[in-house]
Parts: sequence; C-alpha cells; structure tokens
Amino acid sequence: MGQQIVNGLFLGSIYALFALGYTLVFGVLDILNLAHQAVFMLCAYVALLLVLHLHLPMFVAFPISVGVGGLVGLAVERLAFRPLRGRSDSNVTGLISSIALATILEALALQLFGPDVERFPFGIVPDRSLHLGNAVVSELQLVIIGIALSMLAALTFVLKRTALGRRIRAVAESPVAARILGVDVDRVIAASFFVSSALGAAAGVLFGLAFNSVSPDMGRTVELKGLAVIILGGMGSMPGAAIAGFALGLLEVFTVAKLGSSYRDAVAFGVLFLVLVIRPRGLLGAAALREA
Amino acid sequence: MRLALLSLLAPLAISAGSARAAETVKIGGVFSLTGNAAAYGAQQKAGVQLAVDEVNKGGKLPGVTLELVLDDDGTSRDQGITVFQRLINREKVSAIIGPTLSTTATAADPIAQASKVPVVAVSNTAPKGITDIGDYVWRVSLTEAQVIPAALALARQKLGFKTAALLYGNDDAFTKAGFDVMEAALKASGVQILGIQTFATRDRDFNAQLTALKDLKPDILLVSALVEQAGSIAVAARQLGYTGPIMGGNGFNSTKFIQLAGPAAEGVLVGTAWNRASQDPVNQAFIAAMKARGTDPDQFAAQAYTGVLVIADAIRQAGLKGGRDDIKAGFAKVKDLPTPLGKFSFLPNRDGNHPAAVQVVRGGKFEILQ
Repeated sequence: MGQQIVNGLFLGSIYALFALGYTLVFGVLDILNLAHQAVFMLCAYVALLLVLHLHLPMFVAFPISVGVGGLVGLAVERLAFRPLRGRSDSNVTGLISSIALATILEALALQLFGPDVERFPFGIVPDRSLHLGNAVVSELQLVIIGIALSMLAALTFVLKRTALGRRIRAVAESPVAARILGVDVDRVIAASFFVSSALGAAAGVLFGLAFNSVSPDMGRTVELKGLAVIILGGMGSMPGAAIAGFALGLLEVFTVAKLGSSYRDAVAFGVLFLVLVIRPRGLLGAAALREA
Repeated sequence: MRLALLSLLAPLAISAGSARAAETVKIGGVFSLTGNAAAYGAQQKAGVQLAVDEVNKGGKLPGVTLELVLDDDGTSRDQGITVFQRLINREKVSAIIGPTLSTTATAADPIAQASKVPVVAVSNTAPKGITDIGDYVWRVSLTEAQVIPAALALARQKLGFKTAALLYGNDDAFTKAGFDVMEAALKASGVQILGIQTFATRDRDFNAQLTALKDLKPDILLVSALVEQAGSIAVAARQLGYTGPIMGGNGFNSTKFIQLAGPAAEGVLVGTAWNRASQDPVNQAFIAAMKARGTDPDQFAAQAYTGVLVIADAIRQAGLKGGRDDIKAGFAKVKDLPTPLGKFSFLPNRDGNHPAAVQVVRGGKFEILQ
C-alpha cells in the first residue's frame, strides 16, 4: 500500500513536470504544442550524449540539457508557430505544424541514435534508497518529486510576481491589448516557449534516468498522459496541471494494484471522460484559464 | 507473376540440381550479414563454414563434396526473397540454410517451397508460420514453445518453486505467445500462479505492476518482455526490493539485456536451446574448433553448425545422393544425430527436437545453470 502511494506520487511528478510546460504555452497561445514530446525526447538524448561522450557528471549535464531544451523551444516557436501567427486559422494550422515538427525531430533522432533503447550509465546518480515502513523510495525518486514541486513553485512565482510573468499574463488575456500597452508580444511568446520547453527537457532527462530508458519513441506515452493531465487540471492552469498530474499517477497505480494493469488506461481515460462531462473546465479551469 | 514464373522454372531447377549431385552438392547459406541482425549473421556464417570444412575433410560423405554458397539477406524481407531466387535458380543449390529472422523466413521460404528446395531454419523461433509453410521447410532451432517448458522444468529441479507470478506485454504477439507458453507450462506442472500483470509495449514504468506482484510473495517471477523492457523490469524489480528469482522469456536471451539491466541482471534465468557447458565431446570439439578460428561461438553458431550436420546426415541417409528431394527424404531419417545441441531428431511436424538448457547471468555473462 505504502509502496503504491510512493509509485503513484513518483509517476505523477513526471506527468506534472511534463504537463506544466505543455499548459504554459497553451495558457498563453491557446495552442497545443504537440512538439513538446519531441523536445522531451531530444533533451534526454542530449543529456545522454553529454554523459557518455564528454563524461560530464549528471548535475552538469542536467542544466545544460535543460538550457538546450529552451533553445529548441525557441526554434520550435520560430519554425512551427511564428510564420502562421496572425492567420485566422492559426490555432489549427499551428497544431498541425507542431505535429509535423515532432515527426521530423523523431525521425532525426531515429537516424542519429537508432531505434534501440539506450540507458544512462550505472552509478551516474547515487543508487541509495530509503525505507519508509515497508515502502522503498530511491534518492532519485525523491529528487524528481522535489524538482517537480519546486518547478511548480518557481513557475507560479514567475507568473504572479515578476515583470515577465505580468507580460505573459497580459498576452494570455489579449495579445492586441498587450501590444497597445507596449508589450513586445513576440518576445513574450518566445520566452514562454523557452520556459515551457526547458520544463519539458527537464522532464525528459529525469524520465530517462528514472526508468533507465531513452529511445526515439519515449515521448509518445507521456504525450497522451500529458494531454489528459492538462485537460483534467483545467487548460492553462498551473496548479491544476500539477494536481491532475499527481492524481493521474495515483489513479493509474491503484488501478493496477486493485483491478489489474489491463484496466489501467481504461480507468484513467474513463475518469478523464467523466470529468469532461461533469466539469468541462477541468479541476481548476475557467477562472484560472485566463491567468495562464 | 513472380510465382508463376517460378513454378515454370522449378522443374528445370530440380533436374539440374539432381544431375550435379553425385560429386559436388551446393548448399546455400542465407544470413543477415548486414543490417540489424548482423550480430547473429556473423556467428551463423562462422558456424556453417566450420561445419562444411569439417564434413569435407572428415570424409563423412565418401564421393560427395559440399560447396557452400553464402549470401546476405540484409535483415530485409525483400532482399531475402531476391537472394533465395538467385540461389535456387542461378546457383541451383540443393538446400538452403537460413534465413536469420523468422520474419524474413515467412517471406522467403515459400519460394523454396514452391521450387521444392529443402530449407533448414537454424534461428527462426516463431512457434507458428515457419514449418507450416510446407513440407520442404525443416527447422533445427527450438521454438519458444519448446524451450520455455523445458527450461521451467529444469529451473524447478534446481530451485524447487511452488508459486509463481507473471508479468507480460499484452499488446505484442511475441511476448503474448511467450506468456501463453509460460502459463500453460506452469499449470501443467502444478505450480500455483498467484498473480498476472500486464504492460504495453511503450510503457517504461513497471513499478505499480511489480509492487502488486511482489506483495503476493511468489517463489519466482516470470517475465515475457522484449529486451528493451526486460532491462527496465529487472532493474525496477530489484529496486522495489524483490529478491526472489526472475526468469525471462526469449526476449531476455541477449547480451543487450545484461547491458540494460547491469547489476540487476545477476541471477536472472533464461531458457536456451544450446547448453554451452555440455561436456559432450561433439560440443567440446565444436567450441574448440570455433575458438581456433577466432570466433567465440554463441547459440546461433551452434545451431547453424548443426544445420550443416543435419544436411550431411540427410545426404548419407539418402545413399550419398545430394539432390533436392534426396535431401528432403533424408531429413525424415535423421535420428539421434550427435550435434553440439545434443542428440538431434526431427519431430513429425519437421520442427527440431533436442535437449534445452537454462542460463543464469553471473558476473555480467550468461552461464549454464548446472
């Protein structure tokens, strides 16, 4: 029982971390960036290459890959979204062009790294674990849960208390009004993409470390779960995404424990469906939607 | 169109093959020498070359010389088909050993069947769809359905488990088939199944399933997974504090598994068709001869080597005649042939039959569980 709670919180923190970046861009642009999972995957490879070939320790490789993730985010925005901005149908075309970009990045990874699953070398992170009652928690799991929670706190702080946060919220409210008030809308959007993709990159590296596997298709499973999480949490809501991430993680784990693993996705997406029917704006949606 | 052309050519090919058979018998070897399965192909090539040289030098077949015609299927179905056509129609081989992968075999073997050229599969392990192709397709390699029950019985003798828990990928034909065989073998031998959990091919998190299974306190954990997931599963099981034995399906039968699981691979059991540690003189001589040629042999080399021995014995059984139908008729008479795999015979359905063994990972290497 205790172990399953740990499993659920851990899985949930990965979902939350992935979904935070996802929902940030959605809150600002009203556009789903479906290339998010490709950034997630690509940056796991970046960290892997840094560790394998430059022999960097993980605490150096991690921030570098997160930075690379941010830069890739800028490129994604430039290539897939900016050229389409201002068109009347830019929501749909942006969505589609981000799918195209995700496919290109995945194909690139397939060419460069091959279809095989790779893993980080053994001992790259300390292999210590804690015993809480009859549950085992590894140090890495605690660090990941910690990173997810502190990223959430930092992001909330940036949005509520800093100048950049105010601009992001202004653009989310109305790009036109923000522009009239002297906000450089393009820059703000680029900045949100940078932050969003950096978060996705962090999630990718931690995922690769936690589950001992990095592969070109690793973003696919998380992508669907991430979508479910941001819908469940209320599109565009940061705390909603975090709560929904942990809730989905726990829900999945307990479905496996009580009903069997074959029912896992059925229950998870069944609950998502119910939430959409009963409370269409999600757990913390609507009011929070425009706050970014 | 292609098939029609082939069936036209087939009678010509047979007569040509039989005519040459008295002196030199051409044997085709089709292996994945390039592409994804090249690691297997290299071992197979070394194995058949050794066997052909030994048969020719040893004078086992008076008046008959084997000539090996090797070609590369490129780990591709298309290239496999092309190579089969070339060997059958141009080289006029009397029999073909290969191809490396089951998926290539399902594409290429029907061509040999249509041309009435015997094929010996030496590494195809898919239980269905290989020897089912027709009466010219024979198999040396044991299928999963043969290895897993034998390996389970052997492991049970050593470990004496009474209860088991199973974990398998339920959206992949290969892992599902492995699970079906495991479940049936456990039931047949009276081992109590405490719990069954599943996962999907793309899953990377197995903590929930493994925790649920671990809480049932099984004597052994059986896992049917592809190698990509096998590593993560072993690591996660040990991280969660499961200390009992783990036995994997054929997906674990790869050094890639040891690489992915690292220290967690220690003690993991896997069934295998070749008992490397067998003290049988045929096996010891095979290993020594391979090493003398600079190859440390694995299961693929042993099976490919056996493939040639089986063809040679079929030629002997057929009265030293090496025509296509002579060899096919000879196969049926191969009985308790001494090979590195143990005493080898064919079953009535043309699948091979010989003892299996269990491997255990020790010190980062597969060893035979003694």
